[in-house]
Amino acid sequence: MNCCGPEADVALGFNPVAASGPSREEVMLASRPLPGGARQVELSVPGVHCGACIANIEAALGKLDGVEHARVNLSTKRVSVRWLNETGVPPVSEALARLGYESHLFEQGADDKDETLAELIRGLGIAGFAAGNIMLLSVSVWSGATDATRDLFHWISALIALPALAFSGRIFFRSAWGALRNGRTNMDVPISIGILLAFGMSIYDTANSGPHAYFDASASLLFFLLIGRTLDHVMRERARVAVKGLARLAARGATVLQADGASAYLPVQEIEPGMRILLAAGERVPVDAKVIKGRSELDCAIVSGESAPVAVESGAALRAGTLNLTGPLTIEATAKAQDSFLAEMTRLMEAAESGRGGYRRIADRAAALYAPVLHLTAFLTFVAWMIADGNWHQAITIAIAVLIITCPCALGLAVPIVQVAAARRLFENGIMVKDGAAMERLAEIDTVVFDKTGTLTLGRPRLMNAHEIEADALSVAAAIALHSRHPISRVLAETQAGMPTKDWHFDSVDEIPGFGLEARRGADTYRLGRAAWAFDDATSVKGTVLSKNGTELATFAFEDRLRAGAVAAVADLRASGLAVEILSGDHPEAVDAVAKALGIQTFSAGVLPSGKVERLEALKAKGRKVLMVGDGLNDAPALAAAHVSIAPASAADIGRSAADFVFLRESLSAVPLALAASREANRLIRQNLVLAIIYNAVAVPIALFGYVTPLVAALAMSGSSVIVIANGLRLGAGKRSTAKPVANRTNAFPAKEAMAS
Amino acid sequence: MSGLLVLLPIALFLGGLGLAAFLWSLRSGQYEDMDGAAERILVDDD
Repeated sequence: MNCCGPEADVALGFNPVAASGPSREEVMLASRPLPGGARQVELSVPGVHCGACIANIEAALGKLDGVEHARVNLSTKRVSVRWLNETGVPPVSEALARLGYESHLFEQGADDKDETLAELIRGLGIAGFAAGNIMLLSVSVWSGATDATRDLFHWISALIALPALAFSGRIFFRSAWGALRNGRTNMDVPISIGILLAFGMSIYDTANSGPHAYFDASASLLFFLLIGRTLDHVMRERARVAVKGLARLAARGATVLQADGASAYLPVQEIEPGMRILLAAGERVPVDAKVIKGRSELDCAIVSGESAPVAVESGAALRAGTLNLTGPLTIEATAKAQDSFLAEMTRLMEAAESGRGGYRRIADRAAALYAPVLHLTAFLTFVAWMIADGNWHQAITIAIAVLIITCPCALGLAVPIVQVAAARRLFENGIMVKDGAAMERLAEIDTVVFDKTGTLTLGRPRLMNAHEIEADALSVAAAIALHSRHPISRVLAETQAGMPTKDWHFDSVDEIPGFGLEARRGADTYRLGRAAWAFDDATSVKGTVLSKNGTELATFAFEDRLRAGAVAAVADLRASGLAVEILSGDHPEAVDAVAKALGIQTFSAGVLPSGKVERLEALKAKGRKVLMVGDGLNDAPALAAAHVSIAPASAADIGRSAADFVFLRESLSAVPLALAASREANRLIRQNLVLAIIYNAVAVPIALFGYVTPLVAALAMSGSSVIVIANGLRLGAGKRSTAKPVANRTNAFPAKEAMAS
Repeated sequence: MSGLLVLLPIALFLGGLGLAAFLWSLRSGQYEDMDGAAERILVDDD
């Protein structure tokens, strides 16, 4: 009774390697030792989503030999397994696969507890407690407590406020101090100054039995602002965890042949040039290497953007990250992991990323304008009252009241509350947002650059001429193809999925790497693969064929398949006035065909990773703000260089971590959807900022003339926060009606395309 | 006034108790799997 397996397939099933979980050696490398001779590992299991899943998985894993403890975390979709050292690694991923769940390992260090969130929530709890209790005492004062009672209440308030400010406030003080030390200001500077001055002034007044104290203002200010801060953090963290849980596409280790003939599984970092590595079909090349023995085909889509598998034999050079498809290879490492292709991409990425550091968030830009005005107003108020009245105590009280009432409480909430609502809506549509700044940047773009293989297309071929092929021939081909993991075989096998299968009893099926599959049935020999080999005729150039004893049964025509919703997504983007272009590492003909199908005029083919970055730099120099959508290792530097970037879940690890958005579903409609949500969020953020300005325009004059008592300040601050939050939440409620048509229109296409394949 | 001397400590103590309970539940990891906790109540433990 597995309710969830199929959905996991839909989400991640287009990734051919994801289906087989991590090997036991990989699990061992990823696990960490615990005191008492046990080891623990955490696996991401995206398919878990109900109580039955929890019960099934925990029961099945608990029965494995040596497993001490297995617990599912449904929120993060992870399983943590603890086992005893002496029994060795239990077959965890195999057990999960039997139940129908995919499992992945994720980056080491991802399972660290989120300390910042814990600190924020502790701070929030303490600030909430303080704000609530001080407010109760303040209400008693406002209701008429006088003399000794009022002083007592003020002293108790001070006693509660002091530790709360010291504990919860340091989050803001730290950030404000950091900014000031570097000669900048941010939102936290006016916040910190306002809170500290209000507290200091109130202590002085309390000591002198003054009638007004602002302890409630400083505590509730802290509480409201921490809500905004915590929401912002939760949003980023959720996306980070979700992205970390995706399949890793880089090898963690490899089987190394040692001089004495024995083999050992070593982590990638320990592989030295000259070591010989056994690479089974279905494994990724761990480091740059050359082939010593064997013959196979490699899937380079994620590395170079080439869509067709590349045949290799001894002497060929391999790049780290490519996937070995058909035959086992013995390879010799030619570079260390840190000198391999992957590492080169990481370096390019770091170089490119520094360009983006210049972006400043809307809230910080607003604060940079707002803080000096605010502080100047408060200072001038003080000077004016000194001149007019000469009473320095009153002048300071009024100046502080100005600071408190204008303290950007609403501003601090205005941005995160909208972005959290937007991120939530995107999350429901299978799109992860790395942080709020990404949404702000996405709303600014005017150009979209797509990678081809794996982004506009699925990087997976589709059979174009199924209708021309006899049903019997197709059925034989599919039955033979079932025995291989070559991408073309998988497509052929899929054509018969769900159809009543004829039982072809083959006596044997062999895969001949680089050529195809050979099946024997009685006296007949079927060959599925390259024409020259299947017909035993070196001159034939027909492509992929099926032959029976050397005569042709069928010729198959394949074409890379467009990602679902690609046509509609590109049309949507153009309709909203964006320039669209393709930058691909694939051959010109392949790029040309896709560009035509999508109606894109600007495209370049055969572009190297550094070429992609150069193209983006050129666009940037022209003042364009570019959205890069790409998936491969070769796109990673470009993803980092672009103004903002989106990657599919099937992207290479470093591409995924470089991208600002990651979409989990197959359809490319995620791109216009993310854009629409970001633009809507930006509109609401601007509205909220305007609301905050209107609020100040009303409140500041009242404060200037000294009519702000602690009661007025409390009402004004809560009022403005509630208005800003209510406006931000409109995104969740009102937006659905406008988002639907887009989604429906783009969803109409995948159905058609899926049927055609 | 004398009533306040009794009531105030009681109010603050109760509030503090709530805060302590919250911090304890945070520390003991009760917020780490909110969805899982909701589903686990339906799972029969033998």
